[in-house]
Amino acid sequence: MVEKSMKRLYTFLIFLFLYAPIIVLIVFSFNDSRSRGVWNGFTLKWYFELFKDREILRALYYTLFIAISSSIISTIIGTFAAIGIYGMNGFGKKLVLNLNYLPVLNPDIVTAVALMTLFRLAQLEFGLLTLLLAHVTFCIPYVVLSILPKLKQMNKHLAEAAMDLGATPFYALRKVIIPEIMPGIITGALLAFTLSIDDFVISFFTTGHGVSNLSITIFAMARRGINPVINALSTLMFITLLVLLLIINKRTEKNDKNLQERR
Amino acid sequence: MKIRNTGYPYYIWLAIFIAIPLILVLYFAFTTGDSQNLGTFSFSLNNFKRFFTPIYLTVLYKSVSLALVSTVICLGLGYPIAYIISREKPRIRNVMVLLFVIPMWMNFLLRTYAWLTLLGKNGIINYIITKIGFQPLDLIYNDTAVLLGMVYNFLPFMVLPIFSVLTKMNFNLVEAAEDLGANKKVTFLKVILPLSLPGIITGITMVFIPAVSTFVISSLLGGNKSTLIGNLIEQQFRYTMDWHFGSAMSIILMVFILIAMALTSKFDKEKEGEGGGLW
Repeated sequence: MVEKSMKRLYTFLIFLFLYAPIIVLIVFSFNDSRSRGVWNGFTLKWYFELFKDREILRALYYTLFIAISSSIISTIIGTFAAIGIYGMNGFGKKLVLNLNYLPVLNPDIVTAVALMTLFRLAQLEFGLLTLLLAHVTFCIPYVVLSILPKLKQMNKHLAEAAMDLGATPFYALRKVIIPEIMPGIITGALLAFTLSIDDFVISFFTTGHGVSNLSITIFAMARRGINPVINALSTLMFITLLVLLLIINKRTEKNDKNLQERR
Repeated sequence: MKIRNTGYPYYIWLAIFIAIPLILVLYFAFTTGDSQNLGTFSFSLNNFKRFFTPIYLTVLYKSVSLALVSTVICLGLGYPIAYIISREKPRIRNVMVLLFVIPMWMNFLLRTYAWLTLLGKNGIINYIITKIGFQPLDLIYNDTAVLLGMVYNFLPFMVLPIFSVLTKMNFNLVEAAEDLGANKKVTFLKVILPLSLPGIITGITMVFIPAVSTFVISSLLGGNKSTLIGNLIEQQFRYTMDWHFGSAMSIILMVFILIAMALTSKFDKEKEGEGGGLW
């Protein structure tokens, strides 16, 4: 009995540690005072200020634009790459897989300065293009890594059978391989999207000319100290996230149920 | 068109955006000259010589020790909770895992920023302390705050791999050990711990790498006092513009991470096994 309540207490304390800062952030986004620690009454003024803040709104626009385009581009390149890598063997495969692993294992800051060096030497103008190239670069490896296991699970002879029956390679790819590995493609695309939205370090080094995403804007604001507008922003982001996760959870639960019923 | 040729666009991409940039960093590290003018470069080991002087070595020592301590704390806090969650009924287990994942999905900077509100001079903790009648404490802009930020941000990276190994573990083995007369301590040390080793190793690498290379946590929570190797690299590339020295430090950081990974994989006897991948 004592052990059980100890476990309960420990679990509670860990979750308190995880959530206390977030809850405080949310509560104080409604606080009518700039100095923290003191509750001065309920207000929504930080939210109004948030929606009037040009800098933040532009950063939000760039973040979404980059996340959507880099996840689409990296999913397309990554899917074809995974299929190609799956068909390779020997040294070539090892080389490609190891290179693919580099951005996953390397610390972000190393990937970031390496790309920064490349862009500077290629004399590209730092801004939207360099940011997009950098995001696609660090997203593709994750797409490839989430598709490869699905390819391994697939029956090797399916595509061959399709082609024996007269399908062109492209037709076999479109009608046989891609549908088989679809779950992996979707996971990869979602992963790329969230990685891109959340990235700070690589974006920080590869952007310029006033193009900045939310992370960079938050970093600049947080360095100047506490700003209740950031609290309001966090609250909105947290709620969006929570709703999204609940929807996904509901959907998978439903799918599980459907599967069980079919059995 | 052959199906296996579909990868070529990516191979070219890999060469341009992954291989060449790293070669460039290596090249910059072993040369000196005007960073913006390739013509002035000449081979030199000065960047490394400069790094191996007391000022920079102290920073490296501090980065590595803070990262190590935070990894140990994450393991100490994370293992028990991973174990507790893995023993729950599936329904409760799923909810608890979800609760661990949610903060991870929130923007990394916002999570770090949240601690400013708690720890700051006029923050909530100090407000409570002064209300009780004590002097306010210096909670922020020191190494402890940086350590706290690391543990807070990276704890899920430790918990989730260990959890996924523990749920897959065959619990009959534990019962068998107990039936054969092993007490709790022996069962844990001889059965549970060895079986969860792959998860622990994944967790350690996933906490240590971002912790040792961070510059965000140290610049938000550590103020000017807490400079880590990540901050040094950032300064060289963004302000001092000495890319040669910055590249040399990046190479040193990479070497450290390679050493750490080699050390941890030594303990991992079952490589390629059903490791505790996060995804």
